[in-house]
Amino acid sequence: MKTIQDCLNERILIIDGAMGTMIQRHKLTELDYRGERFKDWHLDVKGNNDLLNITQPVIITGIHKQYLDAGADIIETNTFSSTSIAMADYEMQSLAYELNVAAAQCAREAVAQAGKQAWIAGAIGPLNKTLSLSPDVNNPGYRAVTFDEVVEAYYEQVKGLVDGGVDILLIETIFDTLNAKAAIYAIKKYFRDTKKESLPIMISGTITDASGRTLSGQTLEAFYTSIMHAKPLSVGLNCALGAKEMRPHIEELSQIASCYVSAYPNAGLPNAMGEYDENPEDTAHYLEDWAKEGFVNIVGGCCGTTPDHIKHIAEEVKNIKTRQLPVVEKELV
Amino acid sequence: MQDSVVIKPYLRLAGLEPLVVRPETNFINVGERANVTGSKMFARLIRENKYEEALSVARQQVENGAQVLDVNMDDALLDGVLAMTTFLNLVQSEPDIAKIPIMIDSSKFEIIEAGLKCVQGKCIVNSISLKEGEEKFIEQAIICQSYGASVIVMAFDEKGQADTKERKVEICHRAYKILTEQVGYDPQDIIFDPNIFAVATGMEEHNNYGVDFIEATREIKRIMPLTKVSGGVSNLSFAFRGNDHVREAMNSVFLYYAIKAGMDMGIVNAGQLVVYDEIEPQLKKLSEDVILNRNNDNNEATEKLIAFAETVKAKGKVTVKDESWRQAGVEERLKHSLVNGITDYIDADTEEARQKYPKPLDVIEGPLMDGMNVVGDLFGAGKMFLPQVVKSARVMKKSVAVLTPFIEQEKEELKQAHLAAGTENIEAAGAPKILLATVKGDVHDIGKNIVGVVLGCNGYDIIDLGVMVPADKILDTAEKENVDVIGLSGLITPSLDEMVHVAHEMKRRNMKQPLLIGGATTSRMHTAVKIAPQYDNGVMHILDASRSVTAVSTLLSKEKEGLLKKTSDEYEQLRVQFSTKGKKTLIPYQEAVITKEYFDWKNYTPVKPAVKGVKVLKEYDLATIATYIDWGPFFIAWEMPGYFPQVLEDKTFGTEAKRLLSDAQKILEKIIEEKWFSADGVIGFWPATSNNADTVTLTTEKGEVKLESLRQQLKKAVGQPSYSLSDFICPKELGEDFMGSFAVTIHGAKKYIDQYAAENDEYNKILVQILADRFVEAFAECLHEKVRKEYWGYANNENLTNEQLIREEYKGIRPAPGYPACPDHTEKIKLFDLLNVTENIGITLTESLAMNPPASVCGWYIAHPQSHYFGLGKIDRDQLKDYAERKEMSLKEMERWLRPVLE
Repeated sequence: MKTIQDCLNERILIIDGAMGTMIQRHKLTELDYRGERFKDWHLDVKGNNDLLNITQPVIITGIHKQYLDAGADIIETNTFSSTSIAMADYEMQSLAYELNVAAAQCAREAVAQAGKQAWIAGAIGPLNKTLSLSPDVNNPGYRAVTFDEVVEAYYEQVKGLVDGGVDILLIETIFDTLNAKAAIYAIKKYFRDTKKESLPIMISGTITDASGRTLSGQTLEAFYTSIMHAKPLSVGLNCALGAKEMRPHIEELSQIASCYVSAYPNAGLPNAMGEYDENPEDTAHYLEDWAKEGFVNIVGGCCGTTPDHIKHIAEEVKNIKTRQLPVVEKELV
Repeated sequence: MQDSVVIKPYLRLAGLEPLVVRPETNFINVGERANVTGSKMFARLIRENKYEEALSVARQQVENGAQVLDVNMDDALLDGVLAMTTFLNLVQSEPDIAKIPIMIDSSKFEIIEAGLKCVQGKCIVNSISLKEGEEKFIEQAIICQSYGASVIVMAFDEKGQADTKERKVEICHRAYKILTEQVGYDPQDIIFDPNIFAVATGMEEHNNYGVDFIEATREIKRIMPLTKVSGGVSNLSFAFRGNDHVREAMNSVFLYYAIKAGMDMGIVNAGQLVVYDEIEPQLKKLSEDVILNRNNDNNEATEKLIAFAETVKAKGKVTVKDESWRQAGVEERLKHSLVNGITDYIDADTEEARQKYPKPLDVIEGPLMDGMNVVGDLFGAGKMFLPQVVKSARVMKKSVAVLTPFIEQEKEELKQAHLAAGTENIEAAGAPKILLATVKGDVHDIGKNIVGVVLGCNGYDIIDLGVMVPADKILDTAEKENVDVIGLSGLITPSLDEMVHVAHEMKRRNMKQPLLIGGATTSRMHTAVKIAPQYDNGVMHILDASRSVTAVSTLLSKEKEGLLKKTSDEYEQLRVQFSTKGKKTLIPYQEAVITKEYFDWKNYTPVKPAVKGVKVLKEYDLATIATYIDWGPFFIAWEMPGYFPQVLEDKTFGTEAKRLLSDAQKILEKIIEEKWFSADGVIGFWPATSNNADTVTLTTEKGEVKLESLRQQLKKAVGQPSYSLSDFICPKELGEDFMGSFAVTIHGAKKYIDQYAAENDEYNKILVQILADRFVEAFAECLHEKVRKEYWGYANNENLTNEQLIREEYKGIRPAPGYPACPDHTEKIKLFDLLNVTENIGITLTESLAMNPPASVCGWYIAHPQSHYFGLGKIDRDQLKDYAERKEMSLKEMERWLRPVLE
């Protein structure tokens, strides 16, 4: 079996598209979300997509399978909000570990069904609470959560993902670098504590607008500098922007990153109805251009993208040479 | 095919923005004031929970040029973890501070870790050491690494702090091996602090501490070249505490040698260093002896320095840096800050004054205006110079910025009160308003900005409409804002016509305000002859910024009518002079063509340009360009005329000129270092022939292009030729010649100009603007040399100094369309087409054919060794007609463009 590094040196790998968009297509009801186990839960749970790992594993496995069939080499677990902090919205903090294990198993099952080599990336989302910004405008020094609490929540998620059998850990949609640093800290600590062999880390930040900065105010290069110590397998960008808007940032990243570069943009920018409507050919066309320019090693889609998008992307970049890793010099010449 | 990207092993840090420490990076200043152990004020603010004010200490550090911010909360009376957390969380909400990396400084590791938990960027931990053994050291290093921080390692081990070179190097090397081999630190993330100890304490065993540090640094950098060396500099001169003059000199001398040995960064109060070159020779020599431990047997050097220090003390406040002005009342302090251009305390002092006075406006009208009046008087008396005045303006602006929100609030309350009571709001009137604008078609505004600053300093309310402002907008705004004076500025000749147009419109609109005219191409004569007759309510030409104040203040006083009458009488006389004496004798154009300049073409072999067609040069090396800068015009822009470098020794403004040059050089370094500018150029060469008259034909890829030139028509002594540029190109029947052209520009200046403007920092804004102009001229000079030696290659043996270049001693010329030899701006359009200038390097032309960005130059290259610069002088209508026909333009339009040279 080839390792992911072997494959990354040979070709551009494809990461899957949106999970939420696909779940919406199933038009699930409150009852579907609850399933048998949570039929008497004291709060509404519709919209808690991560809960479906436990209550509707067949649907989640099915979506993964569709992406694998469309050409995805890497699929992301359905765990964007599977932390005790994010689950507090539904008072389901205690389920965090179990959600991650279940999600990893859904993904494993899909890979087995697809019968091809693919890697499962345990998705670690940004949290609904942030470490660098104050939620209270009158008190800029206030924080809704502490670094230690965030580390604790991520530590539990990492444990669940690893126990469930993921191949990679993916810290994604980072809009506050300090949250990402807490995730990195938790991952390092987990592997130090358990003395297990570390899994590769993928890191994907989010540039929120034309300023070219993260929501917490960092430039792209500052962001990369601040997470370099994770020694990630790849660094990249996802979400917030469509491919068209993301291009200059991906270009910059491809020049400064010493690791592989990933990019999975949204299907354009939301239209007046708040929907993403860029069609698969167009998304694929943009990504083909990036591939030809040598900007990327991993491509795929975020909000609004579908197996159809992934299929077109995979087709377009299939025969294009992957980005060469930079030469990292060890001494000053 | 993609080229491989190369990533260098540099120390990379980040706040909101990255900081990369490259080998060519200058010494990194670490801001030291946000430190409770080093700053009593900061400690008091933290203890009293005044975090807002403590933040302004940090902000000031950034404004004063700190590239990394040291934060230290080690105080027995403080909960260090809480203070560090609170302060750093607040810093994260201040983008202007958080943009630079943080150095988390503590001797307690729990405080360091608390700090690491608050900062998203990549920090420096200051510090860890082997003091408590390897195990603890490794544990702490792993934690620092988990947060992605770089670490400062103190040269401290189980036996104590290292004081000799050998011990320093030994401990650092041991720590290095542990960090790189066991912990997995990248070498470039390791910074050593090999301990700076006080010298000249009287104890002989301390005498070599300076040398030990310097030599240890050299050795550390030799054996571990990727690591960095840092240190707290002020310790060195601790023995001379209370004598800042000597301390500053010692610190500067020490840094000079330590940096040479490889020291990369340090905790330094940048305001308390002197320029090495400016240390008086005797003190420099004594400091060097002490620091380098020379001539120091039996403490001899130390004794001498102590003796010297006594004399400085005895001399008193003349030389010793004096902070005693901080003891005075708030009015005096504000005045001191204004006169001396000090921004350090202005926010706090303004706030104090605001609380003292009944109304915020009283602060402006009271102490601030008093201070500015002193500035105005000193400036008027020639005791202060323009750069200082601009610095004063920076202080004023910052102070006003503090007061503005309160004034606005008060205005609003007053308005509401009047509304409620149904009374009229008569207090609303404020300072006299001056409207300034660079006219339509022109993009040059350095002079106008300086005038704005100077007038602003004198209490006027300046409405600056910027550049390329159409007449309608100027006059609409003037009416709407009810301004008291209008000032127009322009640099290129077509702007003169636009000014005439504005004056004309003012009359049509029946306006009353006086109109002031300024800018490089304007003149008293032109104003008198062309502009003043258009408008009856006062037109005045202002020669330079320093004259603008008296003119405006007179125009706003009872003496207004007197001044206008005097001016208008003067202008009437000028007009009479012009119409009588003005008629120079011109010869008929055809006769001028016959008396053209003849070269010996038969014995001349044109050199074929090495470059064929068009060549684009993007992002030309700024450091190379900088060596070609002609500083003379730089000082002229600041109204300090004279030759360079003699201007530095001028007895009136030499000292200020030196300071100005040093400020400019600091910015220049940043421009080069941080690539603020992008210098882009395009050149091209083509076969060319002339027609024995005034047309030169180029053979280009796109076909033939005809360039038209103008010829002198002034009657000259017998045998003197009437020059035209076409005389310098070989006539077709005698062979084939070549001609070239170029356009160069500086991109990127605007960003910094805007940034400084937003920070109310007019001084640096104008510096950047002027430097951009100097850069583009230098680029033209540099490129011309390269063309002569290489791209065209007709003078490959040339070897001239910069002074010789400035004196134009090179062979061949590069005349620019719009300038004396070829004053017709419209030929620029052909030049732009030939070189595809807009597409290639992004210069655009305005409707007046000014180039944008303003720092742009274009021109022609002519190689003949006898070709030379000349001024066209006046031409007659017969040539105008012929020229218009050749150019296929209407007589009327041609006349408009050539009006400045038409008799």
